[in-house]
Amino acid sequence: MRRQFALFALMGRGGALTKIHELIREMKVSRVMTPNVLTLTPGASMKELKELLREHRISGAPVVEDDELVGVVSIEDLIHALENIDLDSPIREYMTCEDLITAHAQEPVMEALRRFETFNVGRMPVLDARGKLVGIITRGDITMALLRALQDLYSEAESMQDRPQQFFEALESDNTSLQLRYSVEQGNFSDGGEASASVKRALLRIGASPKLARRVAIATYEAEMNLIIHTTHGGFILADIQPSEITVVAQDSGPGIPDVELARQPGYSTATPEVREMGFGAGMGLVNVDRCTDDMSLWSAIGVGTRLQMVFKVSPEEIGNETDD
Amino acid sequence: MNVRAIVEALDLDVLAGEAYLDREVTGGYAADLLSCVMAGAEAGDLWITLQTHGNIVAVASLLGVAALVVAEGAEVPEATLTKAEQQDVVVLSSAEPVYETIAHLVDLGI
Repeated sequence: MRRQFALFALMGRGGALTKIHELIREMKVSRVMTPNVLTLTPGASMKELKELLREHRISGAPVVEDDELVGVVSIEDLIHALENIDLDSPIREYMTCEDLITAHAQEPVMEALRRFETFNVGRMPVLDARGKLVGIITRGDITMALLRALQDLYSEAESMQDRPQQFFEALESDNTSLQLRYSVEQGNFSDGGEASASVKRALLRIGASPKLARRVAIATYEAEMNLIIHTTHGGFILADIQPSEITVVAQDSGPGIPDVELARQPGYSTATPEVREMGFGAGMGLVNVDRCTDDMSLWSAIGVGTRLQMVFKVSPEEIGNETDD
Repeated sequence: MNVRAIVEALDLDVLAGEAYLDREVTGGYAADLLSCVMAGAEAGDLWITLQTHGNIVAVASLLGVAALVVAEGAEVPEATLTKAEQQDVVVLSSAEPVYETIAHLVDLGI
């Protein structure tokens, strides 16, 4: 069990192991085998076998008569013939023709792998459902196919991580967005900044540039602190992330701002002396928001609440890994 | 110059984030009003302040400052330091006031 967990950690994602299992269980022999296999007839001479093995650098071949597999002949059989100085004899004298170990085109690679282990053979002719020879498979073929499949799997996962746009494009809808919701408690200064930090982490994770993540985080932080400092019951933050635009809304249920225009003036604040002592209430919050957003709107009504909407346009340079300024 | 070199040159105490002293310092910013810091401090800056409550960690983390320097040896609450450790924020303490601390930093070329 312990080893399994370590492997999970090594993979960095729980899904990968499941995926490998899937690959081994579901990958069919037909996908892995070498088709168009070179064959010999039982009447051909051992000399012809020698030429074939040498020319194609292989170590054995199936023997076929009238489209039907009748045996397998290998380099070992050739050595026997050489020992007997008998290269002119037909292959049928030396080939293995009883208890042939074969694989089936439609069986999972896993099954073929088991047979390799049980019978300790180097290669297996592959037959289709009607018993016709369609290819040949070696252990090496299976290893290579699994490695290739794994590589595909990883590069797919990587490109998803590196490029948010691909992540979004992979999900089909008329308009796909990722929504993150946070509730913010009034007066809870010790958790202040948690929501904005989470938004920032999420953005970086899906591939936003540090610069984009930073300006969204700064504006969201100001909105979050406003909910903590100025509301009666706190409120919520909703971040809606789309490939071309990010919208963050901070909303509360009161008390509401008497004069929205005044609230937007630099230096204006209604923060209490205690809050100011902590370094808040500079009256720069909404000014910061304005500076970081491409569009902001502030709506408020006394006794109803306040809604701050911040829109960030995502420019092509803001996706990817360029460094922060 | 990295944080470690500054800690040694100014004889600062490392209160949190010991593991991140290799961070490169590219500038500095001093203020106690968090919105001003949000607007003015850059990633890689040293932020010199007298504030010690937990929210300075959130601000430092969001901005990606290289380290936070609390001046005048002001006592930093345990909760703030715990939070700093969790969020990989370096918190340093300077026995000297803000002005002198900055003067030393300027001498170092920050």
